[in-house]
Amino acid sequence: MKKILFIEDESALQKTFGEILSQEGYEVISALDGEIGLRLAKEKKPDLVLLDLILPKVNGFDVLKKIKEDEETKNIPVIVLTNLEEMKDINKVIELGATTYLVKASYSLVEVVEKIKKALGE
Amino acid sequence: MKIKEIFSQLNIIAQCKKYSLSLWQCPQFLFLIMGIFIIGSTLTTYAVGIRYVEDPQIVALIVILAAIVLFIISVIITRSFERLAEANRMKSEFVSVVSHQLRSPLSNLKWAIELLMSGRLGKIEEKQLEYFKILKENSNRMKELVSDLLTVSRIEMARLPLKIEKCSLEEIIRQLIKEFEPFAKSSNVKIKFKPQKNLPKISVDASQIKLVIENLLDNSIRYVKEAGEVEIDLVKQDKNLYFKIKDSGVGIPKEDQKYIFQKFFRSENVMRNQTQGTGLGLYIARAIIGKLGGKIGFKSQVGAGSTFWFTFPIT
Repeated sequence: MKKILFIEDESALQKTFGEILSQEGYEVISALDGEIGLRLAKEKKPDLVLLDLILPKVNGFDVLKKIKEDEETKNIPVIVLTNLEEMKDINKVIELGATTYLVKASYSLVEVVEKIKKALGE
Repeated sequence: MKIKEIFSQLNIIAQCKKYSLSLWQCPQFLFLIMGIFIIGSTLTTYAVGIRYVEDPQIVALIVILAAIVLFIISVIITRSFERLAEANRMKSEFVSVVSHQLRSPLSNLKWAIELLMSGRLGKIEEKQLEYFKILKENSNRMKELVSDLLTVSRIEMARLPLKIEKCSLEEIIRQLIKEFEPFAKSSNVKIKFKPQKNLPKISVDASQIKLVIENLLDNSIRYVKEAGEVEIDLVKQDKNLYFKIKDSGVGIPKEDQKYIFQKFFRSENVMRNQTQGTGLGLYIARAIIGKLGGKIGFKSQVGAGSTFWFTFPIT
């Protein structure tokens, strides 16, 4: 079973995505802030990270940067799921090595799941 | 620190940028102009005074008095301008912050409704589905409104990012027509599109121009009563690309026409026929077209429909 680490401080989203992703056959690990997210990325070795950008403690940009800097975690694909949609944020995140950038307002649940499958090479 | 503050106050261009106003509306710049004006009028008073008044003490007094009065007036005027500009800036920022904050709960709502409606959490009764549809439609409307408000606040704070690239307007239009097909069908509207052959690509921001056409197309379909037609033309005219969308809708009353591009304006005629809409679509359309270096306009008659057009220079 493939593991997805979901770093997102909105517990409503944790619940919704937890439900649909486990129905799709994934194990979902939740992290409610950037610090826990970084720790779990190292400990649990997920197959994919789904990352919000506005997070308590360590923000999403720094989480992404640290994941990509660490030898152990740098090959994990990271999908950024956020409400920030300014070009400078998008460019920054892609530069930092994110696989895909998804703006929350423009994607349906099914579409996000499709992107996840694609990033996992399924 | 104090000196630094004074210097930053003196950097007029930066100050004006903060308010995203043109130079002639910017309080700091106006203050500078006033200063020059005061010096000028003081010198004039002196020149006139020395010629017609014998006593040099009275001349000096007149000059000083005139300078003081002018200075006080200019301070009062520029102060009030500054307050207005500041209020305007705060308003735009407020809208931006609020809309950003609204987006999170809205996406939570949107995805939770999608999950419920997918039937993954258990079977849904026909009657329940009807109400889920209402929830979905209304959360969508709210999402559109918030996104319109954000676009408006970005336009006003001059923070609308532009990503200029070569793109085919024809392709964008075809794609949009496809997206609007279900809505048009349910409104009994036929969309016709006959572009000229071999049109050149233009350098614009594809997503912004899509937003403009989306707004125009949405309006055209929305304001057709019962059944009708929407006709889209795209032709090359000299050095411009000319887009035209003609509908057989309710039309815009003459007295409302001059307000049609204003923010939040909605024609009375439209309010009677429809409840949906934010009154922001055309305002956004004009701002975007203007920013991209084009022109936008319309012709309309009550009962006969409306025709909206815009043009772009081909570069």
